[in-house]
Amino acid sequence: MRFPTVKLPDARVSEWTARGAGALGKFWDHQLSGPTDPTRDAGWAASTKPRKGFFTDTSICIGCKACEVACKEWNHVPARPAEDNTPKLKESSYDNSGALGADTWRHVAFIEQDKVRVREARETGAAEAGIAPGSVPDAPLPQVRWLMSSDVCKHCTHAACLDVCPTGSLFRTEFGTVVVQNDVCNGCGYCVAACPFGVIERREAGTVTVGQKRGLPTPQQKVPEEGLAQKCTLCYDRIGADMEPACAHTCPTKSIKYGNHEDMVKLARERLSELHSQGVTEARLYGTNPDDGVGGTGSVFLLLDEPEVYGLPPDPVVTTADLPSMFRLAGVAGTAMIGVALAVFGAMGRAS
Amino acid sequence: MGASYGRGGATQYLQDLANSDCIVIQGSNMAECHPVGFQWVEEAKQRGARVIHVDPRFTRTSAVADRHIPIRAGSDIVLLGALINHVLSKDLWFQEYVRNYTNASFLVSEKFLDTEDLDGLFSGYDEELTAYDMSSWAYQSSDPGAAEGGEGADSLGGENAKADKAQEQDEDSDSSPGTIGSADSSHPHGQTQSGASSGESHGSGGPSLEHARVKRDETLQDPRCVFQLLKKHYARYTPEMVKRICGIDEEDFAYLADSLASNSGRDRTSAFCYAVGWTQHTDGVQIIRTAAILQLLLGNVGRPGGGIMALRGHASIQGSTDIPTLYNILPGYLPMPLAGQQDDWDTYINSIGNKKQKGFWANSDAYMVCLMKSWWGDAATKENDWAFNYLPKLTGAHGTYQTVMSMMHGGVGGYFIVGQNPAVGSANGRLQRLGMAKLDWLVVRDFQLIESATWWKDGPEIESGELETEKIGTEVFFLPAATHTEKAGSFTQTQRLLQWRDKAVNPPGDAQSDLQFFYLLGQKIRQRVADSGDPRDRPLLDLTWDYPVDDEGEIVPQSVLREINGRHLAGPKAGQMLGSYLDMKADGSTSGGCWIYTGVYADSVNHAADRVSRHDQDDVAAKWGWAWPANRRILYNRASADPDGKPWSERKKLVWWDPDEKKWTGKDVPDFVPTTAPDYRAPEDAGGPEALDGNDPFVMQADGKGWLFAPRGLVDGPLPTHYEANESPVPNPLYGQQSNPTRVTFPGKRNLFAGAGRVRGTEVFPFVFTTYRLTEHHTAGGMSRWLPYLSELQPEMFCEVSPELAAERGLEPYGWATIVSPRAVIEARVLVTERMTPLEINGQTVHQVGVPYHWATGGTSAVVHGDSANDLIGIVLDPNVQIQESKVGSCDIRPGRRPTGPGREALLEEYQQRAGLIPGTSNQSLGKAHRADDPRRSEENGEEARQ
Repeated sequence: MRFPTVKLPDARVSEWTARGAGALGKFWDHQLSGPTDPTRDAGWAASTKPRKGFFTDTSICIGCKACEVACKEWNHVPARPAEDNTPKLKESSYDNSGALGADTWRHVAFIEQDKVRVREARETGAAEAGIAPGSVPDAPLPQVRWLMSSDVCKHCTHAACLDVCPTGSLFRTEFGTVVVQNDVCNGCGYCVAACPFGVIERREAGTVTVGQKRGLPTPQQKVPEEGLAQKCTLCYDRIGADMEPACAHTCPTKSIKYGNHEDMVKLARERLSELHSQGVTEARLYGTNPDDGVGGTGSVFLLLDEPEVYGLPPDPVVTTADLPSMFRLAGVAGTAMIGVALAVFGAMGRAS
Repeated sequence: MGASYGRGGATQYLQDLANSDCIVIQGSNMAECHPVGFQWVEEAKQRGARVIHVDPRFTRTSAVADRHIPIRAGSDIVLLGALINHVLSKDLWFQEYVRNYTNASFLVSEKFLDTEDLDGLFSGYDEELTAYDMSSWAYQSSDPGAAEGGEGADSLGGENAKADKAQEQDEDSDSSPGTIGSADSSHPHGQTQSGASSGESHGSGGPSLEHARVKRDETLQDPRCVFQLLKKHYARYTPEMVKRICGIDEEDFAYLADSLASNSGRDRTSAFCYAVGWTQHTDGVQIIRTAAILQLLLGNVGRPGGGIMALRGHASIQGSTDIPTLYNILPGYLPMPLAGQQDDWDTYINSIGNKKQKGFWANSDAYMVCLMKSWWGDAATKENDWAFNYLPKLTGAHGTYQTVMSMMHGGVGGYFIVGQNPAVGSANGRLQRLGMAKLDWLVVRDFQLIESATWWKDGPEIESGELETEKIGTEVFFLPAATHTEKAGSFTQTQRLLQWRDKAVNPPGDAQSDLQFFYLLGQKIRQRVADSGDPRDRPLLDLTWDYPVDDEGEIVPQSVLREINGRHLAGPKAGQMLGSYLDMKADGSTSGGCWIYTGVYADSVNHAADRVSRHDQDDVAAKWGWAWPANRRILYNRASADPDGKPWSERKKLVWWDPDEKKWTGKDVPDFVPTTAPDYRAPEDAGGPEALDGNDPFVMQADGKGWLFAPRGLVDGPLPTHYEANESPVPNPLYGQQSNPTRVTFPGKRNLFAGAGRVRGTEVFPFVFTTYRLTEHHTAGGMSRWLPYLSELQPEMFCEVSPELAAERGLEPYGWATIVSPRAVIEARVLVTERMTPLEINGQTVHQVGVPYHWATGGTSAVVHGDSANDLIGIVLDPNVQIQESKVGSCDIRPGRRPTGPGREALLEEYQQRAGLIPGTSNQSLGKAHRADDPRRSEENGEEARQ
């Protein structure tokens, strides 16, 4: 899919101009870490749309993978390349997508657990939430547990992919989401290394099995957008037309909810207290804390175990978070080096 | 459910599950196979309902349930029967509901003997016919003529006389001896055995009775009353027995029993959801009936959040029984006439519904006349018995499996496959393919070159050398079909809801809709015989085949729905659409292609296309689509009010009697005669709807009541009884009779079965396998294995085993395993998972192996391939609906891939010989399970089998 090349809004240019050099320190703080409104920071006028996001409630996910398919259908994401064009089991329970990547913008994880692990999750969850033992009902422990969770790009408040993108292909939309423009991306891959969640990926070159014409041999087709960075756009084209993203729209149990980010976070907190009051203390939220290493995420989650269990980093940090201090240190070092150089040259001058 | 409640559809709508306080999902993997409907289960859960999943496997449904209870496949009646026993013995039944709305108080013939008396058989079993004579299951008549008749069956003993007295005190009508004594009433009601009796044929209208004057004991104390018979029948279905047979421990049972009991009653309701996990057994119909009885006892039928949700596996499976693709019924569940028994109109009509019985089925003559007028128009007249001679008459069972068996003997010339892939999707796939190799011609209409169209060049038998392409005489035609987005029409889904869909795009190339294809085929055949003087061609030539076509020459699909709805043919309204089936007349002045659908086009509006958002109407959502009958969403909803017509509680209010307006009213369309007051008692000589008392909510039943005991309608017994599957490693611990004595068997060397119980050789096939679907694929794969997006999500055939079984057999996680049943050898990757639980059954460990059935080898250009699980399954059928037992079978599993070429067949033969299998093994109708510790009996069985 192609998006029109985005012209920077005038507001953004004027804000930059108005800030001037004096506001630089504060500007950096906003841009690289801590709580902030990324849409405003990106220069969209305050009157633009509220920030949009997902709330994925994994406690009601049934692992149907309709989100994966709807995403691919709408966004024309190709099937994953397979050796000999014969897809194989990924050897991970019912998960045959593996992980988020260039050809997987929604990914449903399947985790099978025994009773011991459930008890641990319940304890760590209670500890994290500060729930004293005995203060909530004792929900029965199942013998087996099968966690299902639909993962997606986090649309971080501080998006490293965007920060490191040298071409401006990645940009912050008026909805506060982060989108790649295929026609600008040069495939450098900086974003791939920068993303703390391993979401964005360059699409491998090659061929792919495509939906066939009836009765004809299964056709192969050159993969579209090969070599370019690919990830969830939060259905930029749909939400711009006041439609839900394809995954949320198709989710039969409304495990994936879409709306104003603020409302999503509120909903997530309410659902958490509801589950906690039922004794499901293993429940916890992910991405709702604006003070975390990425300033909170646009896609928030309710999980039933620690994030690592789902393949999510427990404490993600935007790779560019240290830029200001690095800049200051670099400045100090540079100044010191200049000083040293001057001193050396001075000394040399004196010596000569 | 037709035999229990009067209609064979789900009793409620899916959205109503949100109103449940407890939902038991058993015999269904609802979250995986019905994910869209499952949102209402999630909704109920969020409103505080308890959700329990009973299933051999821990599935995606179990993952979000409050509790998963593992059960041995095929033991459901024991669990449900134990719940009935629990409810009866602990006095947890809903007394006012049961006394008024069920047949609990009805007296059954003195000649009736229970399975408790006959060690697993009911009275009336005929060893020669392997079928029951149902006459002894009948009610006792309160007609005076019947008292001394019926070979003394109904003689009034002292107790009965006392009961009659009690009855007179309780009720002031309906109990005094009648004055009409017809020839029929000299026998107990329900006596005549009908060869056509089957569950499926009671899709909308229970079995007929001569009339509704039945002897009752309102105190429920008479030992011959249904309530006492029920108690006795299930007395040995205890929690201990559940543990022994199902492998469910007492704590799990108590949890389930308490959840149901505490969530039923005036204020609360519980629902059951089932799918083919219940139906695909040799006693499948009876499993469903056990739940139907339990729900009646708990008072959960006809009420919001209650009922039994029959989950249908495809978009229009309900529709394909309403307007059937089945051999034994006509549209609207009118039975197919039987050759030799119903050769004239009057005999046939009387066999459907007697004018003297209660309820709307008594008007079946009008429904039938309308159908004949709709098919043959002016050619159907009163004088020629509405062209009754044009109808084919049944000469026996002609189900899909009988047809395949007939193919094997060269008895079938041509075969049409439409929307089906029997080479992969039907039981004993190998027999399906070998049968097709004996046809003259085969037509396959599908989207893709499915395996049923290509078995002759790339099927497993070609690979093994059993078949050679050059030697197959079958001429195969493949015709491309339009998909659902490429044609307009209606679907009738799970909740009896007709939903219209429009065409989004034209089908590609030569692809056509089924409607267009059959329309043109009809035209061509009629042209062929246009000049024929042969009377056998008259039915074809007289057919009303005059549908309008659009600019592109395509038949207008709405015209068919109009024809189905029916119209006035004469009188001032001539040409207008009928408003409801109450408008149907038996005099030829109206037509209608399927009486239960009448009203879908009322006032010339296509109500199937009604699309008012649920956000813009109440939760019954009557303006979304159209549900049969008469757009009712909850069936039997008269029962949502108490006998006085008031809602049982504010919380569970749905339909009630408005004393001021003198009619039934409420949120749903009342499923009752609108003006029959709750205290109305019909005169004795009334018949049809006028004979319904104010407390007869089951309006399609011949006696207006929910049937705890089915005196008629089911060929394998009036009360559900536990039998082991045809293939089971366990001897039946409840009765000497091992398996359903009326099951339909097809002994043959390509349809062998492992020994049942612990007969010698059982150890060769020691494990139980059960087949199922995954969310990612669609049944036999024709709609998913060709699609990359779906195929990559479940790319390979696999099986699921417990870590214990993997250790016992040396199976490596994600490695290969070979699964051998008495019919086939297949291979699959292995998912070792704690979601599979070994069960302790009757002192032995029973391992279950799960095998999804979506894959196949061959099939031109499918994205993914694999062995087909249905090759493992044998053909043995439920006697009521002729469905195959595909949920339980016996197998062995071993590490590594299977042999290819002739080696595959050789391995199978080696197993068959080692187990000593012959066609008779497990195929005798009568028989005990022979214990391993009784060598004499084992030998005997071997002898028997060889004879």
